[in-house]
This record gives sequence, structure tokens and C-alpha cells, in this order.
Amino acid sequence: MVNGVVVEFPALKLMLLLPALGVVFNLFLGRRAGRAIVNVVSVAAVVGAFLLALWALGELLALPAGSALKATLWSWIYVGPLQIDLGLRFDALAAVMTLVVSGVGSIIHLYSCGYMGEDPDYARFFAYMNLFTLSMLVLVLGNNLLFMFIGWEGVGLCSYLLIAFWYDNAQFAYNGRKAFVVNRIGDAGFLLGIFALAAAFASRGLWTLDFAAMREHISLVSSAVATMAGLLFFLGATGKSAQIPLYVWLPDAMVGPTPVSALIHAATMVTAGVYMVARLGFLYQLTPATMEVVAAVGAITAFFAATVALAQSDIKRVLAYSTISQIGYMFLGAGAGAFGAAIFHIVTHAFFKALLFLGAGSVMHALGGEQDMSRMGGLRRKLPVTHATMLVATLAITAVPGFSGFFSKDEILEAAYVSGHYWLWGLGVITAGLTGLYMFRLFFLTFYGRSRVEAARLPRLHESPAVMTIPLVILALLSLGGGWIGLPAGMLWGDRIGEFLRPVVGQVKSVPGLEALALSAVASAAALSGLVLAFVFYVAAPGLPERAAAWSGALYRALREKYYVDELYDFLVTRPLFFLSDVAFDRVIDSYAIEGLVDGAAAAARGGAAAIRRVETGNVQHYALTYLCGALAVLAYCLYYSMRHG
Amino acid sequence: MTPVSYYLVLGAALFAIGVAGVVIRRNLIVIFMSIEVMLNAVNLTLVALGRALGSTDGQVMVFFVMTVGAAEAAVGLALILAAFRSRHTIKADELNLMRW
Amino acid sequence: MISGTIGAALDASWRPVLAPAVVAITAMAVMLVGSRLGEEDSEGLGWLTFSGLALAALCAFAAVGRHAPAFAGALIVDDYTAFFYCLIAVCAAMVVLLSLDYVPALELPSTEYYALLLSATVGMMLLAAAGDLIIIFLGLETMSISVYVMAAIARRDPRSSEAGLKYFLLGAFSTGFLLYGIALLYGATGSIKLEAISRALQSSALAASPLVLLGLAMMLIGFGFKVAAVPFHAWTPDAYEGAPTPVTALMAVGVKSAAFAGFLRLLLVYLPALHAQWGGALWVLAALTMSVGNLVALAQNNVKRMLAYSAIAHAGYILVGMTAAGGAAGAAVLYYLLGYAFANLGAFAVLVAVERVEQPGTTLADLGGLAKGQPMLAAAMALFMLSLMGLPPLAGFVGKFYVFSAALQAGYVWLVVLAALNSVISTYYYARVIVAMYVNEGAERKLRARRPGLSVALAVAIAATIIIGVDPRPYVEMAAGAYASAAGIARSGVRAAFLAH
Repeated sequence: MVNGVVVEFPALKLMLLLPALGVVFNLFLGRRAGRAIVNVVSVAAVVGAFLLALWALGELLALPAGSALKATLWSWIYVGPLQIDLGLRFDALAAVMTLVVSGVGSIIHLYSCGYMGEDPDYARFFAYMNLFTLSMLVLVLGNNLLFMFIGWEGVGLCSYLLIAFWYDNAQFAYNGRKAFVVNRIGDAGFLLGIFALAAAFASRGLWTLDFAAMREHISLVSSAVATMAGLLFFLGATGKSAQIPLYVWLPDAMVGPTPVSALIHAATMVTAGVYMVARLGFLYQLTPATMEVVAAVGAITAFFAATVALAQSDIKRVLAYSTISQIGYMFLGAGAGAFGAAIFHIVTHAFFKALLFLGAGSVMHALGGEQDMSRMGGLRRKLPVTHATMLVATLAITAVPGFSGFFSKDEILEAAYVSGHYWLWGLGVITAGLTGLYMFRLFFLTFYGRSRVEAARLPRLHESPAVMTIPLVILALLSLGGGWIGLPAGMLWGDRIGEFLRPVVGQVKSVPGLEALALSAVASAAALSGLVLAFVFYVAAPGLPERAAAWSGALYRALREKYYVDELYDFLVTRPLFFLSDVAFDRVIDSYAIEGLVDGAAAAARGGAAAIRRVETGNVQHYALTYLCGALAVLAYCLYYSMRHG
Repeated sequence: MTPVSYYLVLGAALFAIGVAGVVIRRNLIVIFMSIEVMLNAVNLTLVALGRALGSTDGQVMVFFVMTVGAAEAAVGLALILAAFRSRHTIKADELNLMRW
Repeated sequence: MISGTIGAALDASWRPVLAPAVVAITAMAVMLVGSRLGEEDSEGLGWLTFSGLALAALCAFAAVGRHAPAFAGALIVDDYTAFFYCLIAVCAAMVVLLSLDYVPALELPSTEYYALLLSATVGMMLLAAAGDLIIIFLGLETMSISVYVMAAIARRDPRSSEAGLKYFLLGAFSTGFLLYGIALLYGATGSIKLEAISRALQSSALAASPLVLLGLAMMLIGFGFKVAAVPFHAWTPDAYEGAPTPVTALMAVGVKSAAFAGFLRLLLVYLPALHAQWGGALWVLAALTMSVGNLVALAQNNVKRMLAYSAIAHAGYILVGMTAAGGAAGAAVLYYLLGYAFANLGAFAVLVAVERVEQPGTTLADLGGLAKGQPMLAAAMALFMLSLMGLPPLAGFVGKFYVFSAALQAGYVWLVVLAALNSVISTYYYARVIVAMYVNEGAERKLRARRPGLSVALAVAIAATIIIGVDPRPYVEMAAGAYASAAGIARSGVRAAFLAH
């Protein structure tokens, strides 16, 4: 399958060097250099990486399909015959991710220049942002598991540093801790997966962690080991990519500055888990059981997070849950074997979700940091550019035909259907409807209806400066047209990105044109009905939710009125849904079960710590006694040993 | 001639007495003396084993242990004195400024 | 001509112990010079000590590649010894840099302080070079007695004398066990020379005798104390917390490295025949040490005490490597100690820098807002915490990676799983330090004017933590060579087997 060539391309190193220089400059000279120079240097570092990525892409496209560019930094670790070189590999998969990371990253860096315009600590902020870009590029370009792990840890570290950047300590102390613990559970899974895989290869005489070599010799790995390693890696992925059961940290991460949410917690870092699964696709294909787990976790997370998003009033939390939901789609695709579709969805998601966050940031910027949608409304005229670009993004995430999200989500759902996951497909379609509902709820609550903005803030309401709106417009164009790189096969120029990725991630089955069209139609209908429902609830009949409360008194009138149908609908469909979302998922499962699990683990650890700590009484004779007990245990062990073997 | 095992058992018994003293007695000086008992129990064992093996290594070792024991005594008594000066106690269980 | 012969003889027999001899002579020089100087000249004494240690490190480095038993096999001089001579001398020299402004600030008696530091170093070096049981005992005691006094040297602080006394009592107690083990091992095998003991134990009848097993158990208990393995660890937090911070640093890196040097050589090089016996006990000790160290560290608010538990936890990881035994494990442990030493020295250097004279001891709250007031110090501390946590590509990660993969190769899967879970737990308390510095607000605090010595120490620790991790190759080569040279002397052919592996 892989018959491309591997070509040395030293400029790949430069791609890492530029953000690294940015970090060093901002950290050590940033304060002295001043704001303008810091802005220029940090943005230039990322834009430079993007241009290099474009150059590398050009080189790669000139080579036969399945080729890769490579560059070796240095030999890092060797254990016995296992030698790990820190090398970069730029194949189709890495190319797509690199372009997303550096491209969307550039736009967000540009936006940050405006957003962080008044923050005194801008140099440190940009140092972290550049460090994040560097780590993410390492994660994507690393040619072996361990190098990828360096990037994996690096992006996690930057994520915490940036979440912690602004916020008051009480909140962060809790949120940061949760994020840290949850992610390290995932990281332990990743590391154990590395060990399991390396040991499996080593036992067959192959000492490597290199992706290309592992892929070539994957037949050496038994399916039991592949299942174990696959599940361990997937545990790592659920941590980083905020999937059930390790998703709880992401909504809390929203306390960080909004560009951070856009870059790290929407466009790039959280999709690293999907990238890792796609990168290890050769391993996952050996173990259908693991693939089932991946697909099921993805679909269930997608549905679950979408229902939670319905009931949130904080604009960024809605977006956080929608990110979890969309990544769920990606895992559904990956689990169904459509790694290419999952990566394609990463790309389109990066465009529209970054745009949504930046748009939300622009709204917050205008409202002096307000995040509660119940204190927004009617902002359409005041923030025309934000409104228009957010509309595009909302249409894209809703997967309205023609917008970018449509093509990628369509591919994923088709793959789920074709691979026989009918239940998961159904769940995906329902989630598509919910997506339309909660996203347009957000959109209408923010931009339409009566203004609920606090009076004090009204006079200062303004559209954001150009340095912030230009990124919005660029991203809007990408959200609008970005999906056209992956049209359904046979249409116009066909599935360009799919063909580009195919040598790396493999082929998926497809269905005849007519059936595919029917599948698309069903999903689109679901999405559009969500949109319409949101329109009815939040624009055509505003106040419906409030009126429901006072409904019983006006029962007769309401029965005669046309609201009757709506109320019934509300009662039968929306209420249970909201109930499910608010009470069942958010309060019970989220607050008690999951948080309980995380907090419980922490509490158990602390409790254990407190108990063991009591041994440490400060009394030297108690210490001597502890010592003596230990000594007697060791002596007893040795005597026992000598009696058994002597 | 007394078999070497007698000496070894005596040494072990002395060692156990020393250990018990360290764990049970509260007076720092007595604890310290108990440690000395432990060391001398080992000395006895070393001498007995050296004689049984017919090598001088055991005896040589005892000289070193005695030397080190003397150094330890000097340091130990000084430390007890210093602790007494700052805390006015030589009870082991009253030295608990630091714990947990 | 006669003088030439004597010179040659001296040369041949003294060259192997040049490094500890230089340190011992420096100790005497410090005592002589110190008695003529007033306390205000403590910095001069510090630099004298520093140069003696630097010279010793150079002597040790120059001796790399020589293999010779010295003093009738009482000392073994090989690359393993040279590795630890260098490591110990560098650690001690770093501690001197930490002490330069700490000693006058706390009004510690400088002559005694530096002389004891040097004699402790001599003990550590002897322990690393020990070729027979007497030298193990002497090295251990020379080191320990000096450190007992150093822990108690801040006479104005009652916690210091309490720390010294507790450390002393339990240390002397454990010496009894170690010595008993030595006596039994000698009685069973008929020799005090490690090599002869190793040869004698090749016979399976002797290896299974209760005398040998009891002796082995007693040695495990005694060394377990020095490396702070649970349940022999109880002294560690109190002694670390109460001792003056540079002394704590010496205990955490110097004492620990030297104890592991002796322990590793004894078990892995000379008693591999008994691996079936000690492997199981060490397994349990490693598991307990990691878990207790990490769990209790979670609950600490005093940073020095937290670092004490962290040191216990790291001893647990090292014991994982020792449990695995074999060439890869030995080299991995040596490398691990290297990374561990610099990260810890750096962390203690930061503590020395932020500690207040009137109120020694640093809590997490005291670190609040450090990132704003002292960004470089905070960044350095964060780096050391991340390395101890095991974040790639820092030295701490690479060390863990080597140790764990050696244990995996030896088939200790569950121990490695436990170790991995433990490193997950450990992130929590290391992260608390970072959060305290970067997120929490703190009162603006005036730090002591920092002398260049401390800055140099910090710079060295930062550079080492990064370089040893990012480009581990030369250091791994060094560790592997050192271990191979020790193992090669003990058993012919091991070296070849190890290199082929």
C-alpha cells in the first residue's frame, strides 16, 4: 500500500526552530522589547512555520502518493538495541495537521494581539502561546511514539499555564487540579501503551518505536497485545480529547483567555487524541473490539455533550460542550475505520470552532467580559461583523449543506452507517439535530431578541478592532469554503483530502451514490429541524420557556391559541430533553458520578495520605518501632525463604 | 571448648535487649546506651566468628567498631546536650516539634 | 633513587584514592585556616572548600579508565567509583555554593560546617569505593556522623537540634542492624572481601544457609535506612525539615547517591547469586517506598518536608531498577541518580534563595507570587519540579524511562504499572508548587541579596537538568561504562554480555 519515497527535507527543523526562537525571545527579552515587537515576533514565528508547512506541502505533492519528507534532529534515548531518534516526518497526515496547527494558530495569534491588547503580561502570554505551537508541532511531526509523547506532555503543560494565566486562584486551584489529574491519568495510559507496544515488538526482535517501522511490521503484534495497547492509547486520547469518562476538565478550562480556548481547547490540542488514533490506525485495525469501543465512546460522548450544551447559559461552556460533542463525532469516524473522515472533521472543526470562540471572545470583549447569554441579546446591529461571521460558523457546525461542517460530518456518518454501526449512526443523526438546536439557541440568544445587556455596558458597546475582525473574516471564509476540499467522491473534483490521506490512513468502503444521498438527506434534515426548532423557541416565540411556567393558569386560552402545539412539543420533546440534559446528565452524572469519581480518587488519596501521615508522630521511638516492624518483616521473609528453599 | 553457637546466641540475645531498650525506654541517655549494647552484641558476634573461622578479620573489625562507637558516643552525647539546652528535656517523646 | 622508588610506590598505591585524599586534606586545611580566621571570613573558607572539591572531582575524572583494587582490595577503583567520586564531589561543591550566603546569614559556625561537609564527602567517597565490609561500615559511619552534626548545626533553631538528634538516634540504631548483617555475612562466608564473599556464594548450598539469609536481611535493613526506603524512612521528613536547607540538600543528593552506590554495588555486582532471595524483599520495599512517599507528599504544605517525601518516592523508583537487577538496570539507576541529583540540588537552591533568616522553613504559601517578583527563580523551580515529575524531555523523564524499561525487560510488569501510577500521583504535589508560584498571590517579600555562588549553582542545575535529558547519550554511555566496569571486575565475562545486550 505504501510505495512512496522518503525524502530528506531539512527545512522541517526550521518549522520547530521558529516558534522556539519566539519562546526564547518573549521569555527573556519580551518585557524590554515592548508590545509591538512582541506581537510581531510571536505572530511571525507562527506564520513562518505556516509558510514552511506550505512549502513542504508543495514538495510532498510533487512526490508520488504515500511519500513523506523527513529530518533527523538527534539520537535521543537508546535502551539496549532500542534507539530512539528525535526525527520529524512530514507525510500526508502530518501535513494536514501541521497546516491546521500553524494556519489556524497564525490567525489566533493575530487575534490575540488585539484581545490581549491591554494585558500587562503580554510577553509571558505570547511565550506560552509560542511554546504551545512548538509542542503541538512536535506532537504532529514526531516520527516515533516517544517524541510524540514529548509534544503530548508539552501541550498539556502549556494548556495549564494558559488556563492559569488570568484567573483567581480559588477557581483555578480546583479546575487546574481537575484538569491536571484527569490528564495525567490519560498520560499514564499513553505511556503504558508505549511500553506495551515496544515490549511486544521487542519480544519479536524488532526494537523500534518509529511509526513507519511499526506500521510495516505490525503483523508481529498479536491481537491481544494490540487490543491492550489500543485501549491504553485510547485512554490517553480520552484524557487529552475530553471524551467520556475523562471529559470533565474541558468545560472548566474555559476560565482561560478566549484565544487560548480557541487555539488549545477547540482547534488543536483537544483533537490530538483523534490524531493519535489515526496515526496508530494500523494498530487499531488489528483489533475490531477496540475500534468498537472507540466508535461507541465517540458517539455516546457526542450525544451526551450535545444534550448538556442545551441547558448551559455561559456562552463559552456551550462551546466547550459542543467541542466535546464534535470530537465525539471524530472518534465515531475513527472507530468506524474512517480515519480520513475524522481528520477531515478536525480540519473543518478547527475552522468553525476557532471562529465560534473568537466570535464569542469578540462579544465578550464588547460586553466587558460578560459570558452569560441571559445578559446578551440583540447584539446583531452593534456587532455586525461578529454577527455575520458567527452565523457562518453556526451554519457550518450545524452541518447545513454547502458549509464546511456538512462535508466532514457527512463522511463520518456515512462511514458509521456503512460499517454497520446503525445504532451509533442513529445517535449521530439525533446529535446532529441537537447540534442545530443548541448552536442556534446560542446564536439567537446572543444576537437576536430583546437586548438584555446591562444598562451600564450599553454605551461602551462596540465592534472589535480590525486586528480581531480580520481573523474572524478569514476563518468565516474557511468555514464557508473549507469543506470543498473533501467533496463526496465523484462530485466535481471529488474527495481531494481523502485521496491525499489515503496512503497513510487507508481506504474505507463507500456506498452507491443514491444511498449516500439519502443518508446525507436524513442527517441534514435532522440538523435543519434543530435549527428551525431553535428559531421557533428563541426568535418567533420568545418567552416561551418563561410562559411555560405560568402555563397552568392560562390553560384554556393556551389551548385555543396556536401555542398549544408548541407547548405540547415542548412538553413532550424539549422538556424531557432539557430535563435529561440538566438533571440527569449535568447534575447527576456530571456532578455526582464523574466529579465524584475524580474527587473521590483525590479524596481517597488524601485520606490515605492523612492516615499514613499519622504514623509520622514526631516521636523518635515510634519511628524506631516502625523500623523494627519493617526489620522483623524482612527477617521473617528471609527465614521463610530459607525454610522453603533450604 | 565452648561451641561458637553459644556466643552467637548470647550475641543475639544482647542485640534483642538493646533493640528492646531503644524502643521501650524514654530517657534519651538510656536509649543511647541501648544502642551501645547493640553494637557490643555485634562485637561479641564478630569476635566469636573470627575465632571460629580462624581469621583475624573479625577482631580487626571490632577495633573499627569500637573506634566508630567512641566517635558516635561523642557526637551523640553532644547532640543530646544541645537538645537539652534548647528544650530542657531528655525525654524522647517530648521531642516532637516536627511531625506529619 | 630511593626517593624515586618511594615516590613510585606512593604514586601507584595512592593514585586510586587521590580524590578522597584531596578532600580529607582540604578538610584539615579548612580546620587549620578556620581556627586562624574570624567568622566573618566564612566565604573564604567556603571557596577553599569548593576548590578542594573541584580538585577532587578533577582527580576522579582523570582516573577514569583505570581498574585497580587498592589497599589489598579494600577499595576498588574503577569507572564506577570514578563516576560516584565525580557525582559526590560535584554535589558537595554545589552544596558549598548553596551555603556561601546561608552560613553567615544563619550565623552557623563556618569552620565546623565546612570541615564536616568535607569529612562527610570523604565518607561518601569511601562508601562508593568500598571493596570490603569494613570499608562499607567505615564509609557509612564517616558520612553519617558528620551529617548528624551538620543537621543539628543551627543551634539557635530548636528544630535543627531535634532533627540532628532524631537522625542520630535512628541512624545509630540502624547501624546496629547493618553491622550485625556484616558480622553474619562474614561468619557465613569466612571473608570480609566482597569479591571473596561473592565467590563463596556461588555454591548453592551456602547461598541457602540461614546465616547468609539473615545477614543479607540485616544488610537490606541497614541500607534501607540510609536510602530512606519505607518502612525504614521515618526519620527522613523530620531530619530534612529541621536541618539547615543546604544540609538537607546534601542529605537528599549526596548521602542518597553514596548509599545507593554502596547498596547497588553490594547487591547487583557482588550478590547477584542471591537475587532470588533479595529480589522479592526489594520488590515489596520498592512498592511501599514509592506509594507511601508519593501519597504522603500529597498532604504536605512545607516544601522541604514535601521534598523529603519526594526523595523517598524517588528512592522507590530507584529500588524498582535495583529489583530488576542486571546490566541495563544498573546503568539506568546510575543515570537516574544523575538527573535526580541536579533537579533536587536546584530545588533546594531555590529554597535557599527564598528562605527568610528570621523564619527558616518554606511553606507553599511562602512561594505565592514568586513568579511575579522573581520570574527567573520561579521558572527554575518549575523546571526542577517538572523534571522530578518526569516530564519529557527533561532528565527526570529519561531516567524514569530507562529504569522502567529495564524493569519491564526483566519481567516486572506490575511493579512498573505501580510505578507509572505513582508518577501520576506525584504530578499533583509537584504541580502544587508551580501553582503556588504562578497562580497564588503572595505578599511582596524582600529576598536576601543573592551572592553569585548561588546563581552559579542554579545555572549549573538548570543546564544539567535540561542537557542530561535532551541529549542523554553521553551520560548514559558514562553510566553504562561505569556499571560495566564494576560488574566486569566482579565476574569475568559480564561486561561482554552486558554490552552485547
